Parts: sequence; C-alpha cells; structure tokens
Amino acid sequence: MAIFTLSIKSLRNRKFTVALTIASIALSVMLLLGVERIRSEAQNSFTNTISGTDLIVGARTSPVQLLLASVFGLGNVSNTIDWESYEAIADHPGIAWTIPISLGDSHAGFRVMGTTGAFLDHFQYGRKQGLSMHKGPWSNAENEAVLGAAVAEKLDYRVGSGIVVAHGAGEVSFIEHDAHPFHVAGILARTGTPVDRTVFVSLEGIDAIHAGMDPAHDHGHDPLSVHTTTDPHHAGEGHGAGHHGVINEDHIGHEATAITAFYVGLKSRSAALSVQRMVNEYTGEPLTAILPAVALQELWTIVGVIEKTLLAVSGFVVLVGLSGMLVAIMTGLNERRREMAILRSVGARPLHVLSLIVGEAGLVTLMGIVTGIGLLFGLLVLGQPLIASRFGLLIGITGFSVHEMLLMGIVCVSGVLIGVIPGVRIYRHSLADGLTVRV
Amino acid sequence: MVAFLVPHTQPTANMGLRYNSASSAISLSEVRFAWRPESAPVLDISRLEIESGQHIFVAGPSGSGKSSLLGLLAGVSVPQAGQIRLLGQRLEKMGGSERDRFRADHMGVIFQMFNLIPYLTVVENVTLPCRFSRRRYEQAHSNGGLTVEAVRLLSRLGISDPLLNRPVTELSVGQQQRVAAARALIGSPEIVIADEPTSALDADHRHDFLQLLFEECRNAQSTLVFVSHDTSLSHLFDQTVALSKINRAGSAISMDARRDS
Repeated sequence: MAIFTLSIKSLRNRKFTVALTIASIALSVMLLLGVERIRSEAQNSFTNTISGTDLIVGARTSPVQLLLASVFGLGNVSNTIDWESYEAIADHPGIAWTIPISLGDSHAGFRVMGTTGAFLDHFQYGRKQGLSMHKGPWSNAENEAVLGAAVAEKLDYRVGSGIVVAHGAGEVSFIEHDAHPFHVAGILARTGTPVDRTVFVSLEGIDAIHAGMDPAHDHGHDPLSVHTTTDPHHAGEGHGAGHHGVINEDHIGHEATAITAFYVGLKSRSAALSVQRMVNEYTGEPLTAILPAVALQELWTIVGVIEKTLLAVSGFVVLVGLSGMLVAIMTGLNERRREMAILRSVGARPLHVLSLIVGEAGLVTLMGIVTGIGLLFGLLVLGQPLIASRFGLLIGITGFSVHEMLLMGIVCVSGVLIGVIPGVRIYRHSLADGLTVRV
Repeated sequence: MVAFLVPHTQPTANMGLRYNSASSAISLSEVRFAWRPESAPVLDISRLEIESGQHIFVAGPSGSGKSSLLGLLAGVSVPQAGQIRLLGQRLEKMGGSERDRFRADHMGVIFQMFNLIPYLTVVENVTLPCRFSRRRYEQAHSNGGLTVEAVRLLSRLGISDPLLNRPVTELSVGQQQRVAAARALIGSPEIVIADEPTSALDADHRHDFLQLLFEECRNAQSTLVFVSHDTSLSHLFDQTVALSKINRAGSAISMDARRDS
C-alpha cells in the first residue's frame, strides 16, 4: 500500500510523459475494442440477417452463392425456378409457408425484389422478429412498391413518390424501365438487415417491367452480348447472370412464370433435412435447397479471416502502445536510481522497488484502458448514427462482453508484464547500488 | 591491528573479550568483505565497537572502504566472514528482507546530497520511514502523530511553515540536508548513519547542522555514526575512528579504491 501511493505520486510528478503514454495506450485500446465491437456486431447482424426461414430453394448452384443472392442481394444466381416447380414443392405437406422472390433489377443502386405479401407475413430476422410497416400499407398491386427504411431515407422518398426501376443490379444502368413506373405504397420499419436496402414490388410488377421489352431493346442495354437476334429467351440468359430471366413474351397476363428463389418455412423444423433432400432430388429441374443458418455459418468462416486479421492488427497496435510505455519508463530509470537508494535506506526491500516500477506500469496501463473505453464510448455516441445509416450496422453502446473484458484483461496483464522488464532492471541496480549511488 | 573503541567514560571492566554487552550499539569482529567473493577484500576489520548513544566520527578518505563499511552497517551488503552485531543482533545471519526490516526499524540514513524524493512534499519525505516500519510509525505516532512529529522535528532543525509546503526541489542544499536529518530521526531509530552529510555545506552551515544533528540524536538517544573524509570536524565527536587504520585491506588494495571511492 505504501508503495502504491508512492507510485501514484511519482506518476503525478511526471504528468506530461505519463499523459502521453496514457494517451497512446488509450488510443490503441480504443482501436482494439472498437474493432472488436464492430466485428462482433457485424457477425451478429450477419447471422441475424434471416431467421425463422428453414430452407431457401433456388436453381442448382452453390449454397453460399444462393445465400448471398437471395438474402444479401450480392452476386447473382444464373438460373431461375419454373413457377410450376415452385408450386409443386410449395404443396409439400411439411411446408407451412413459402415466400417466392424474384431478383435482378435495381433502383438507384438498391436491389428490387419481386415478391408477394407472404414476405411481410413470414420473413423474420434477428431473434425471430417480423417485419412491420413504418408508413403506409404493404401492396401487392402491379404498379406499387414498398421501400426498405434505408432506401426511403437515402433517396428521400415518401409514400406516393414515383420510382423507375432499372434493369440489372448496378448503380449505373443503361436502361430504365420507364414504361412501367411504380408508386411508393408503403415504407418498412428499420431492421438493420439488407431488407432496409431493398425495393419490394409484386411478382406481377416485375413481369410487367419486362413485358414491354422487345428483343432489340433488350440488346441495347447489353453491348457485350454476342447474341445477334431472335430468341428472346436466350437474350434473357445472355445478359444476365442473375436476371430473374426468361421473360415469356406469350405471357401477357402479368403472371409470374419464373422466380429466382423462395424461402420456406416448415411446420416442423425436424423435417428440414428430409424436405431439403426432396428438393435436391426434384426431378422437374435441378434445384438446391440450403439451410440458411448452416450456410450463414459457412459464409462467416470465409469472412471471418478478415475480422481475425483486423483484430490481430489492432492487437499489435496495443503492443506498440505498451512498448511506448516501456520506452518511457526505461529512459527515466537511470535518473531514478538515486530515488531507489533513498527508498532502500528507509527500509524498502528490493521487491518494493520492483513493485514500485511494475505498479507504475500497471497504473499507466489501467488508466490507458479506462481512457480508451471513455474515448470509444464518446466516439460511439458521435459515430453510431453515421455507421448505422452508412453501413446498416447498429453498434450498441452497451456494457462489455466477456470477450471484450478478456481483451482488456490481456492488455492489463501485458502492461504489468512489460513493467517487469524495467522493474527487474531497477531491482538489480538497487541490489548492486545499495546505499551508495554514484550518479 | 585491533581497533577497539571504548569511550573514555566507560569503566574498564566492560572491556571483556566478548562484545555483546547491551551498551554496544555496533560491534564488528573479524569482518572481511569483498564486492565479489572471488576478488580481494576491500574491508578487513578485526574489531570495531561503538557504544550506544555515542557520536562517532569515522574518518575515511577515498579508498579506505567507507562505502563498504556503510553498506555492511546498513545491512545492504553481507560480509564474507566475521560477525556484525547491531543492537545485539547478528546482522550477517539475517536474510535479506530481515535486514531490510531491521534497517527500517532501527536505522536512519543521511546521504551526502540528493536525500529527498522529488515527488513527495517535505513532510512526506520526513515521514517516509514510517511507511516501511511499523515500529517507527508507532513511535512517531505516540509522539503526537506522524505529521505533528515531522513538523516538530523539522522546526527544531529550522525548517518551518513556508518551507513545508514548497516542493523539495526548491529548498537549498542546507535545507534539504536538514529535512534528511529529520527523516533519519523520525520514529527515534537507535542508530543514525550519516555519509558526509555536510560536504555540500559551507563552513558556517556545517557547524550549525552538526549541532542540530547532535542535539536531536541526543534527544532520541540515537547512536550517530558519521562518516567523512573531512577530519576538521572530528573534534566535535565523542570518538574518532580512522578507517584506514582499522581496515587491514584498505591500504594494500589500492586497486579497489576505484570501486569503493
């Protein structure tokens, strides 16, 4: 205890260097905890993107690709499912509900999803939370659209705004389906998932967009296409990995003929594997059924490498911060040999001298951690809305997770251990110097 | 050569063969010390006896083994051979932390200069030994409390109010030495060791400082061991020991003068 108060007073005596050291540790701790928090929130929001859906069925492709396309709106699925196949599978007695979705168009960089009212009724995310309308109703009308929260906010759309859907998923599109504008019927409440960045229209609406397209028009927006002419069916395939695809020109009744994928909810989760097998062995066309939870996990192991790298890098930054402290203590050490001799003369043991230095290192580290936490929370308070709106990532200003506390513990212990280096040095000095320091 | 110090006031009956009498504060016998076990000894003292309550001047020019002797007396070093008896206890038989505790409890030390911890106040510097010794803490406490005792000692040594709250680095050397003396004396340790505490002072201050030191040592009934190469002060002390005469290793091993300057 005597030594501890000495440590504090000694540190207070060197305010400036100590403050600098604390600041460097604080910044590195802030970075470490910030990265950890973003990482865990990213993983959270990632695995919470979809829940309650037992299976996702699409044309035969890799599970990760199907997941990316159908849930995250990333990449494309090259083939579609015939409406007949969809109906045949949806009739399976074990299936409680299905949500057909049709992808491939975009609006101002946001993806457009053709679906039905089942999406509002059955889609769940996070801990089985359903969707709810923020403004206006859900609409299945052919010329009406429902917007995700981020779409409405970013593009400043209100109920009643008119929007035009572009073909293809890119932000810049060469063709816009001007012929078939939509009106915003409703806006969904925020979910923190890709749903926020999606424009929902009815399946009929999707078909209606493409119904007016003639082959020449079709080629116009795809200069790379090698197809020269005639077959509109092939034209569909030509331009589009991922386009919901084949538009049947005969079918002018605005009824969906093909969809990209559909979500499946089962009456009993235990039937998941048998239904999955049934879909995979479906004879009408080659299909893939994935278990979203499993595919999400699989995908995260790929993405996880990046987050681990990030964490490792911020770990090294902490090490640099602690090395700064080591340098600061080491450079002051020789001047303090006299101080140690005085302490020895009044009865301090070499171990006291050691613990004085180690205690200082521990205190500095601790103050660095506390300051770092303060900085992090300050930054979160300021940055939270920005991160939420830009990346759809809601970083909670909450208490610390076990993992975060473990990280802080590791930093603290490292700080103390690093303090042992100068501590042992001064310990040796104080043994050799005794009471007579020749300075 | 045997350096056998018995104060002139002491009856001759006490000059027996054994030196563990209660009145002996410090007693060395056949002590040999080298900084490293394999090197030649820098200190070889057949006998040294210091009476309790005496003020002893140890005259030690460079190379006489002064630092070695101080290290041994303070229990920072241990001899390779011989006995060191302080207050009747065998110092060389104690473990390291035992010696540290012994020093904390029974010894006050004043250095040549730079005696004070820069980040502590004057009073904190004075009460520092009480942080490490329960005995001295209680001793000072029974005298009216740590701060009261520190302020009392300081005022007797001529350090009073405006100086108490000033950073120790702003004190003059003479003032610093007096603060150091107060620290050595707080909690009334039996032995005060002073390593040339006056060498940084001019002649007038030197004399004043010594008078104050003597007075306070007498008050606390402390034995004062004052080591200096400046023999002009020796007449103020009860006894003088010439280290170069009692140290059989001193003159022979001139090489070690460098190590032990």
